[in-house]
Amino acid sequence: MTESVLEKSLIAQKKTSKMNNIILETRNLTRRFGDFTAVDSISFSVGSGEVFGLVGPNGAGKTTTIKMLTTLLPPTSGMALVAGRDVVRQASNVRRVIGYVPQLLSADGSLTAYENLLIFAKLYDIPAKEREKRISDSLHFMGLADSADKLVRSYSGGMIRRLEIAQAVLHRPHVLFLDEPTVGLDPVARDTVWKYVGALSGQGTTVVMTTHYMEEADSMCSNVAIMNHGKIAAIGSPSDLKRSIGSDGATLDKVFEFYVGSTLENSETGERFKDVRRTRRTARRLG
Amino acid sequence: MSEEQGVLHVDLGKKAVFPSYEGGIPSEKVNVISWIKNFINKTFVITELEVRKLRHDPTELFTRAAQPALWMLVFGEVFTRVRAIPTGNLSYLDFMAPGILAQSVLFVAIFYGIGIIWERDLGIVHKFLASPTPRAALVLGKALSAGVRALSQAVIIYLLALLLHVRLSWEPLSLLGIALAVILGAALFSTFSLIVACIVKTRERFMGIGQVLTMPLFFASNAIYPISIMPDWLKVIAHVNPLTYEVDALRAMMLVGGTSVYGISTDFVALIVSIIGLVAIGAKLYPTVAR
Repeated sequence: MTESVLEKSLIAQKKTSKMNNIILETRNLTRRFGDFTAVDSISFSVGSGEVFGLVGPNGAGKTTTIKMLTTLLPPTSGMALVAGRDVVRQASNVRRVIGYVPQLLSADGSLTAYENLLIFAKLYDIPAKEREKRISDSLHFMGLADSADKLVRSYSGGMIRRLEIAQAVLHRPHVLFLDEPTVGLDPVARDTVWKYVGALSGQGTTVVMTTHYMEEADSMCSNVAIMNHGKIAAIGSPSDLKRSIGSDGATLDKVFEFYVGSTLENSETGERFKDVRRTRRTARRLG
Repeated sequence: MSEEQGVLHVDLGKKAVFPSYEGGIPSEKVNVISWIKNFINKTFVITELEVRKLRHDPTELFTRAAQPALWMLVFGEVFTRVRAIPTGNLSYLDFMAPGILAQSVLFVAIFYGIGIIWERDLGIVHKFLASPTPRAALVLGKALSAGVRALSQAVIIYLLALLLHVRLSWEPLSLLGIALAVILGAALFSTFSLIVACIVKTRERFMGIGQVLTMPLFFASNAIYPISIMPDWLKVIAHVNPLTYEVDALRAMMLVGGTSVYGISTDFVALIVSIIGLVAIGAKLYPTVAR
């Protein structure tokens, strides 16, 4: 990794962020597990209304970063502000203004879609008179109105994902976090999920997502941070990143290879067994 | 936003401008009364969630009836004939019926933690923890739902006891007290189970430990024999075992001529204090399962 190129890409990112207001910012955010540094002093910012992608191989620190930003995991050092609130000292204020869809399919299979939404509407203090309308609006928006009263157990993977996104945006969060939203989905379901994420972004929701599918990051994200071994190797808009390696026609895969010095497939060394096992379990659940 | 001054200004358009933190970031201020209101409200939302799940699939309530039936029909019937255990003015079957109720409450509750591990593996825990729900409400809400499950056990045991001519008391106040003791007992042991799950973190280890814990809790209590016949060292353990106080309360309220050794109010205080302590510990540990 060449320092000057990284600086250049940081400047490029600053430029795009300056156009809108910053809604999420990290400064030297770090998380260690024993001797292992999962996230190594990363600093970046996300503008309001952006779709921001954290990309990189499994084990690069993407999920750990998301967990810190969603207050699930306290940072070892450094800080992060989400909508102006500190993720450690103002954690419950952060929780009020974020939506989070974990990597695993987390909608409750033994409840109906309606009930899944109802419980979260109550947990997020959506006033009783507004509740039914919000739930039915979001079921319609996500294309789930017809199966609202079916047990989620009978849903396809793509439907569950859409339900989870509906759950996560019911309280109209400032920032929506999606951790590998399309992992394990078939191409059609994947496209549908992206269509809805695009629509949410069009309504002004800031989206922060992780993915290891470079082509998805390329088409969806206004800015991406390429992560590897817990560090940000490069950051900027997909087109700026491609330009920075001197080839406008390159794929993000090529950009990744340029900054990380290896291809995506070869760099999956830091992968932790636990995460793989869980990902596989999700994949199995989705068939 | 101007990084130079270390001051953060973010404008969300129509929303208010976020504060600037010139003197460092302030901690959150908590209003006690609104926190308690919110806590109680959210606890019931979590219980509602669990009850809704149970409504969709109530079969487990009935499959659990086998074990107490065996204890009452086989163990109870035999020991009533042996008359080896001093049970005062009660027949042995009468004496053990509240003990078996407490036992089935314990069994319903003690494997509750496995659900937490399962929900962690599915990412459900993560989603709840990323919501503004108080941690203690997540823990207590689940505990109370274990209480609802346990109530169904109480109904089954009352039916069994009727069949076996146990001299049940039908005073409304006693029945209310029984329901409360059953809910508290289930809440207590399910929270204990949640704490164990938060510590061991895997299903395999949890199953092992669950097995190891259940029998000592059951046998080191007054469930199927009075504490007075125990050796001294076991008496000490039985007295710190919350199951003892649950059984004591149940025995006093469930039977005609049933008496309490420690006093019913002492029993309830012991149960409630234990629950508060365990929920506090559980609320601290619960977030660690998502890490």
